[in-house]
Amino acid sequence: MTTAQLADSAVSFGPAVALSCRECGARIPLGPHYVCVECFGPLEIAYDFHQPGRPAVTRELIESGPASIWRYAPLLPVPADVAAKPNLNPGWTRLVHARNLGRELGLRKLHIKDDTGNPTHSFKDRVVAIALEAARTFGFTTLSCSSTGNLAGAVCAAAARAGLRACVFIPAGLEQAKIVMAAVYGGELIAIDGTYDEVNRFCSELIGDEAGEGWGFVNVNLRPYYAEGSKTLAYEIAEQLGWKLPEQIVIPIASGSQLTKIDKGFKELIALGLVEDRPYKVFGAQANGCSPVSAAFKAGHDVVQPVRPDTIAKSLAIGNPADGPYVLDIARRTGGAVEDVTDAEVVDAIRLLARTEGVFAETAGGVTVGVLRKLVETGKLDPDAETVVINSGDGLKTLDAVADAGVTATIKPSLAAFHAARG
Amino acid sequence: MAVTVRIPTILRTYTGGSAEVSAQGATLAEVIEDLESNHPGLRARLLDDAGKLRRFVNVYVDDDDVRFADGLATATGEGAKLSIIPAVAGGC
Repeated sequence: MTTAQLADSAVSFGPAVALSCRECGARIPLGPHYVCVECFGPLEIAYDFHQPGRPAVTRELIESGPASIWRYAPLLPVPADVAAKPNLNPGWTRLVHARNLGRELGLRKLHIKDDTGNPTHSFKDRVVAIALEAARTFGFTTLSCSSTGNLAGAVCAAAARAGLRACVFIPAGLEQAKIVMAAVYGGELIAIDGTYDEVNRFCSELIGDEAGEGWGFVNVNLRPYYAEGSKTLAYEIAEQLGWKLPEQIVIPIASGSQLTKIDKGFKELIALGLVEDRPYKVFGAQANGCSPVSAAFKAGHDVVQPVRPDTIAKSLAIGNPADGPYVLDIARRTGGAVEDVTDAEVVDAIRLLARTEGVFAETAGGVTVGVLRKLVETGKLDPDAETVVINSGDGLKTLDAVADAGVTATIKPSLAAFHAARG
Repeated sequence: MAVTVRIPTILRTYTGGSAEVSAQGATLAEVIEDLESNHPGLRARLLDDAGKLRRFVNVYVDDDDVRFADGLATATGEGAKLSIIPAVAGGC
């Protein structure tokens, strides 16, 4: 990049100051890079929240911001005026005090962070919004991604709103609702005959090809920016709990990025003095049919052996999770765990959450609630501790999982028929 | 065995900008040694100090992830196509 572009970046990326390698610590200037040239490790955003001329980040400053993730703009790699740009303004979703589910499971203080309320009905709007700003700054004209479904919809919607082209890649055989929810925004939707991991690999190769020039792949070459969006889940949970950290949190794992960034968000809040520094335990949730991180955790390994996924929880079906090793570190550091549940338990959990709290989760939410239940039953969760579980997406996207739910009876429009039907 | 190796963008400084290079070897380990002799510096980018594949490096031989096969001992037949890909991408 030229000096002028770098100067622009300094404005565009707010408190972000560099990309740093999570493996070897090497630092490079902010740019559309995602891999350390020294060791192949993942790059992430490094910040200086105390730069001269920047206002101190206080609870009051945040509380006076918009009802979206942009209330946390001073903690994100985005310009200060980001809320005024054409984007989907995601976030500030509800934190549901789940008394009924808590009572049923035996948890005294349970909350559900319900991210179905985002513009495209999954948490992906958070991460895409950050990647979109980076794409604008770097001058990319096409927004792209590899996706298990939710991300494709979030990218296509964000691109439409921002006036960028979209071309997204999904594995063939995804749920119909997710296909429609991506295609309706008018971008190109390419189904690849393979698993998500193969789609991912294809996109990594496309980036190095002429055809991919000028493209911002939100979860590949914009990944350091994109991933930071998940920090906003941590910020919102803490603010909605009255500026305190939960004592236990259960988070779904696909690549593991969301979990690692929620942990990063909690640590930042502590470092900035916005919450009290108290211990919290991080628990990861996987589906049994794609549980490489859970398997590594239980075996005591610090590397993750890839698997070939086979589960109804397709949005979590990443067999080669990039952030798996970091998830293991965090679960062990905080005294948490990584657990998995069967597809049958996923379906049960979707029904349980719907029946007790009126929240309809997609299969990934079934995984987290299913794991929540299992962690209570096995004594790994403290029943008296303040607990948060993440619901990352809307059940309308995975209707097949609960397709046997249907009408109780079909009757003639008469009171007699109604009484007869109810026995 | 003559094979072709697809080089990711961040390693093309070692291959004079080439996205694809030829190499020799009956196993992945031999191919990496051959790459090192023609493109010095590549080996240290792929293998750690203990000589194992770095944990964020994915290598595919004819579309198969070598972690599902025999790792560095994975056979590379005549005409095999290898891809080296950073393992840093993906969903939530």
